Amino acid sequence: MKSTADHATLAEQFNRDEERVDWHDGALWWIRQKRDRSANQTPQWEELREAASAIKSNVISNLHDYLVQFEDNLKKNGVKVYWAADAEEHNQIVYSILKAKEITQMVKSKSMLTEECGLNEYLHERGIDVINSDLGEYIQQIDNEPPSHIVLPCIHKRKEEIGELFHEHLGTEKGLSDPTLLTRVARKHLRNVFLTRRAALTGVNFAVAETGEYVVCTNEGNADMGAHLSEVQIASMGLEKLIPERKHLGVFLRLLARSAIGQPITIYSSHFKKPRPGQEMHLILVDKGRSSLMARPDFRDSLKCIKCGGCMNTCPVYRKSGGLSYHNTISGPIGAILAPNLDMQQHADLPFASTLCGSCSNVCPVKIPIHDQLYKWRQVIVKEGYVANRKTFSMKAMSLTFSSPEMYQTAGKTGRWILNHAPFAVNHKLNPWYRQRDMPGSPKQSFGEWYKKNINSKDKH
Amino acid sequence: MNSREAILAAVKKNQPALSPLPDISMFKVVEADIASRYTEVFTGIGGQVIAVSELEHIKPLLSEHFDISKRTVTTLPELSDVAELINTEVDPHSFDDVELAIIRARLAVAENGAVWLTESVMGQRIIPYICQHLAVVVTEDSLVSTMHDAYGKIASEDYGFGGFIGGPSKTADIEQALVLGAHGPLSMTIFLIKQ
Repeated sequence: MKSTADHATLAEQFNRDEERVDWHDGALWWIRQKRDRSANQTPQWEELREAASAIKSNVISNLHDYLVQFEDNLKKNGVKVYWAADAEEHNQIVYSILKAKEITQMVKSKSMLTEECGLNEYLHERGIDVINSDLGEYIQQIDNEPPSHIVLPCIHKRKEEIGELFHEHLGTEKGLSDPTLLTRVARKHLRNVFLTRRAALTGVNFAVAETGEYVVCTNEGNADMGAHLSEVQIASMGLEKLIPERKHLGVFLRLLARSAIGQPITIYSSHFKKPRPGQEMHLILVDKGRSSLMARPDFRDSLKCIKCGGCMNTCPVYRKSGGLSYHNTISGPIGAILAPNLDMQQHADLPFASTLCGSCSNVCPVKIPIHDQLYKWRQVIVKEGYVANRKTFSMKAMSLTFSSPEMYQTAGKTGRWILNHAPFAVNHKLNPWYRQRDMPGSPKQSFGEWYKKNINSKDKH
Repeated sequence: MNSREAILAAVKKNQPALSPLPDISMFKVVEADIASRYTEVFTGIGGQVIAVSELEHIKPLLSEHFDISKRTVTTLPELSDVAELINTEVDPHSFDDVELAIIRARLAVAENGAVWLTESVMGQRIIPYICQHLAVVVTEDSLVSTMHDAYGKIASEDYGFGGFIGGPSKTADIEQALVLGAHGPLSMTIFLIKQ
């Protein structure tokens, strides 16, 4: 499923359907506006963001001890703990837990980590069937597509397309596209899944070192339906999900849903601490690049992310290019700063998929300076030689031109002449600048020339 | 070196100098009329709040608002004449046909409408998620303003499972159209006991 085309190419494909792009843009901007209303109604909102950011700074600076404390408490609570260095090890652990109980079917609630690890495919190859129970993720799964947004997995799809998928996979009437009716069909189908699966896997939103409990947030109730009906409950979490104390949940739960969709809290914020009698509870701590990201001072703050998706909803590039064009599980601005740490070559294009307008940093509930990091990643990527040749050549030409006043003046003169006398020389299909824009007419003289002339004529009077 | 040791060693090596925890005691919201605020917020989410002066008064309201000819369960002994008391020992799957569950909240939060439940008031963990309709009894003196106050009360409470529930289950995954009743209850009603 992994694509090799870059963001610009994939975005261009998305942009061919202008009506869809406008709709996608508007739907996400509407969510951004709901976030604003919700934030503005919350007293001390900016102080809350500051506090959340400072708590996360503390976590990153003391993660070793918090991990050890969390593990101790999990064990005391009767939860089995595992450590996975990478995706492969994580997937092996899940498989071994299921195999020991001879389980061949599992239900999963939303977990971007297991998406990143390719868990479903790994288990499928070994004869284990996994169903994603979040409605948006379920829709993406039956369409064999990854989620395009971490909070709204199928935000790029129109209801008619979803109706068509339901017709094909769930036998609904052809042409049915009413969201309420489609949701009812999925509710009935997935309830049967919850009732028949012996194992359930959830992601983790927050894990408390002090108590050994972990919190899972959903609006649909799917994590709880799976977990409380299962005999084997598995949770997969990245190391960075830890917070020091239970009382810190107050700060994060106030910020999360308001930043995500403008709701005062997710409908369900479930605190799992001990298995219920007769149930097994397993928790897998996954590194997968987190510890190496901690070694990059310019970028380690991206580990503060609480996966609200706020930066995506506000990003002008995301809204007009769609999440799938980022060819990474976590798309948008936050995905563009997390992905290069994992594979710089594969994701060299992503930090360039931004206007650096800074809107992402302004809405981030944990105050990650996202646009600064995008800018800094560009420098690292160019320095390490991962940028496309076309860009390297034009960058070198630009730096040469700017470093010599004579060359600068000649280049300016030539450019203006071409724009005024032979625009067809630049305004053609091969120049990407002209694909979505028209250039204004060019002035006859440069500012330098105008200044020289006017200063001279002024001196005469 | 196994993965646990390798990960912990890498984290220790790469973590920056200790950054202090912030003081979060300054987050305070004082509500002049906390019950009105709670009602306004919870109604805004798509829930329903019914104020009553005592628990006994909710009994006649049940048949008015719900189909109690279908399976109705509760953890409140006071309601055992109108609902089946939840058996904490049976297989949780056996609650699949529950139409209405009536349970009591430990506290409720005015800023977001959420109620705090632990497994001891749920009867079984699955109850508030598997029922078609959820009704929660909240006493006025258990209302708090914010999540900070809520965790102040929960403090070092021990539980195997606890959860905030802030309204009926919902989704907007299909074209951002709000649909109540995704996988959990289709509706949520608060019986607010004001003395």
